[in-house]
Amino acid sequence: MTSHRYIPNGEQVTQEMLEELGISSIDELFADIPKNLRFQGNLPIEDALSETDMLRHATELGKKNQNLDDNICFLGGGVYDHFRPLIIDHIIGRSEFYTSYTPYQPEIAQGTLQMIFEYQSLICQLTGMDTSNASMYDVSNAAAEAVLLAINNTRKAKRVLISEAINPEYFEVIKTYLHFRGIEVITLPVVDGKTDLSRANDLISPETACLVMQNPNYYGTLEDVKQLGSMTEGKTFSVLITDPISLGVLEKPGNYGIDIVVGDGQSLGNGMNLGGPYLGYMAVSRKHIRRIPGRVAGLTRDSRNNRAFVLTLQAREQHIRRYKATSNICSNQSLNSLVASIYLNVMGPQGLQEVCRQAYAKATYLRNGLLETGLFNETRGNTYFKEFTLQYRGDAKELLDALKQENILGGIELDNNEILIAVTEKRTKEELDKYLEVVRRFQ
Amino acid sequence: MSHYNTLIFEKSTPGQIGYSLPKLDVPEVDLSNLGELRQDLDLPEVSENEIMRHYLNLSLLNHSVDTGFYPLGSCTMKYNPKINEDIAKMPSLAYLHPKQPLETIQGSLELMYGLQEQLKIIAGMDAFTLQPAAGAQGELTGLMIIKAFHEKNGDVHKNEIIVPDSAHGTNPATVAMVGYNLIEIKSQADGGVDLEALKAAVNENTAGLMLTNPSTLGLFEQQIEEIARIIHDVGGQLYYDGANMNAIMGKARPGDMGFDVMHYNVHKTFSTPHGGGGPGGGPVGVKAHLAEFLPVPVVDKSDDGYFFNYDRPHSIGKVKAYYGNYGILVRAYTYIKSLGGPGLELASDMAVLNANYMMKRLKKTYALPFDQVCKHEFVLSGIKDHPEISTLDIAKRMLDFGVHPPTIYFPLIVHGAIMVEPTETESKATLDQFADIMEQIAREGIEDPETLKQAPHTTKVGRVDEVYAAKALILKYGDMTDDQIRRD
Repeated sequence: MTSHRYIPNGEQVTQEMLEELGISSIDELFADIPKNLRFQGNLPIEDALSETDMLRHATELGKKNQNLDDNICFLGGGVYDHFRPLIIDHIIGRSEFYTSYTPYQPEIAQGTLQMIFEYQSLICQLTGMDTSNASMYDVSNAAAEAVLLAINNTRKAKRVLISEAINPEYFEVIKTYLHFRGIEVITLPVVDGKTDLSRANDLISPETACLVMQNPNYYGTLEDVKQLGSMTEGKTFSVLITDPISLGVLEKPGNYGIDIVVGDGQSLGNGMNLGGPYLGYMAVSRKHIRRIPGRVAGLTRDSRNNRAFVLTLQAREQHIRRYKATSNICSNQSLNSLVASIYLNVMGPQGLQEVCRQAYAKATYLRNGLLETGLFNETRGNTYFKEFTLQYRGDAKELLDALKQENILGGIELDNNEILIAVTEKRTKEELDKYLEVVRRFQ
Repeated sequence: MSHYNTLIFEKSTPGQIGYSLPKLDVPEVDLSNLGELRQDLDLPEVSENEIMRHYLNLSLLNHSVDTGFYPLGSCTMKYNPKINEDIAKMPSLAYLHPKQPLETIQGSLELMYGLQEQLKIIAGMDAFTLQPAAGAQGELTGLMIIKAFHEKNGDVHKNEIIVPDSAHGTNPATVAMVGYNLIEIKSQADGGVDLEALKAAVNENTAGLMLTNPSTLGLFEQQIEEIARIIHDVGGQLYYDGANMNAIMGKARPGDMGFDVMHYNVHKTFSTPHGGGGPGGGPVGVKAHLAEFLPVPVVDKSDDGYFFNYDRPHSIGKVKAYYGNYGILVRAYTYIKSLGGPGLELASDMAVLNANYMMKRLKKTYALPFDQVCKHEFVLSGIKDHPEISTLDIAKRMLDFGVHPPTIYFPLIVHGAIMVEPTETESKATLDQFADIMEQIAREGIEDPETLKQAPHTTKVGRVDEVYAAKALILKYGDMTDDQIRRD
């Protein structure tokens, strides 16, 4: 191949450049690779697809999927079908945002830098915490990094306490990170759907780096965040995993003395994308400001004495501190943090509260309707927000299959015929009634 | 006049809304059932058109690949094809929940499986995971795999990772994250591995070596086979930092060089956009003997179709929820398909030709510490015979000409480093213009140093004060004092 639409220098220009270099072929530029290491022949990857053919191929692949335009989504478990305001894609589609990189040259990156500063501000307003970083890969990694922060700042750290009611995906990630650090994980059991914090008091020692809890927890049940803050204060780090939407109405974790708050910004306007890219947010109380991983933007001024923004506290980061850095993170989820910022600005206080009001009312409508059928048990307490777990008295798989026949993805099947059901503000009464109608067939 | 820098919080006006939601169509439920509710929710109140204008004005303050030349060394700022974006946003490939039944996501699984296969071919590796979210997480995953391998073999005493001092900062930082000890070795003057230093550093505790090839100086490490032998002889594993893969597609493969485990940066090599800092993607590949340690799940195929294989008892576990930055992987897949095997080779050909062409021109005015054929990038050391002229000032002056400066002060082993990576997606005309600019800056630096020291002059934003930011530590709107807040 000698030309491609992404590669501007054609054959004639290439010849000119070769002459300038005093060589006869590009191959001479690879003469420094030892002969026996030179790849022989051509990469066995099929020839370039034209734009038309590639679009056709992608369309064909898409036809082998069933997306959520054709299915009503009650799946949650950390990833939710909230409404994405259309303005989001118009803004993140700006080349100046998505084809730039980390703002290493602040004079020509103020768009990104101010965006990060505003994002940090919004996350702090939402969580009531003092300082946010510029983003982590997702909530599972933000949680793992939060635990590492606690370990690195606990002199005798040997173990961490983790609620059994955190999302298993996040638990698995934390467990992987900790295995390689030789840190023991002790799980706190769940009673009536809630973490049994009464046990935790006895388990906290100077060797305990942190206590990790999630609210609402994986089962959708609301936890006692106030107690998490009070019982850990002065003893160990508290790490809270939160659903950012729920913070539209729930008390700010910052008011409970939590050390580190993390969560996933998927709900804040980011598409589902089969699991990523999402956004892990992390916010800490002031005293941990120099321990936070990742990038942070701060306010400053330029040489003309105008307000400007710049990456700061960089002495914590891998490119400066190397082996002693607070984390190895370099690329983060910047564009997803832009999405979250736009979402929070679009919704504003009224809109976010309205999302909460509707999700809670609709979840209640469906939950009550399901309980009224007499086919379900309440196994995870009776406090919930937009997601809840009920135990089906029959075969949960059979029920979910029947719902799927009607193009309803009815929830995530857990063990023991429990089903985790998420209801966002997007669901309509008609959709909820359709769900109930299918369930009633099993009465 | 100041550039646009109004904060969204300063545009907030009570009562303005930017959202639109349908009316509640089920009975209202008292929110106080939820327990303690917050008393305040201090988010901005801004209409949709004001939000659009705000972000559009912010965007205009950014330099980007679509704006102009961006030769940021080690970052491979190549063109981000538009078809990648369009395909990644197709609802049939994007509007998918990660917990959907497998039979409803066969198209996406086929895509992921196909990508794994392509990545294997390009790297000469035997198996891949798509889970890591970025290059640094790929490194972390790779070292975890190495550690799991040694643990399974009972070699728990192996606790040292060797990293040359020319390495990316993520390498040593990753070593710390998995609880390994760092053994840093000095590089040769040309950035290559110093074999004597390496031999002195290896012992029975050596768990592995992290290396990028071509090196961070853009030079091919010709002793790679000997290096691999030294590491393997003590039972260590060789990690390949794939940051520089754009130089060698179809030319040489990490798997053939003796590397056991590696990562790609799909946002470098495979044209997925950098997004102002992310998201990226860092697939990790391994040789067969390490395949059992890959994170769960891997995408697999059976008679019933594609599926997520969790049945892997020696897996290190999960490093990220779900299956990686899938939306980014769709773009990488589209790119590889759009170039095909021959196109990928052409990309490396032209990336290397562009770099050598530019190096030849610039070495007349700038110091070139290692005057030999480079790969996709090269490193200069300030202006020839004028070490007193600061690299930072040179970079700031470039801003006046509408180009993004190269990476500066990296690698650390070169004084006043200027690391230039043109990529294959730039024309000779662009390279010539950039060389003209750099030559002019060199002249100015010698004849009129103040021009550089005061730069930039023509940008919307003047030189930004990093020290002030670090002292003031104003990291959110709520930290700002009344006189810093502007109310129009």
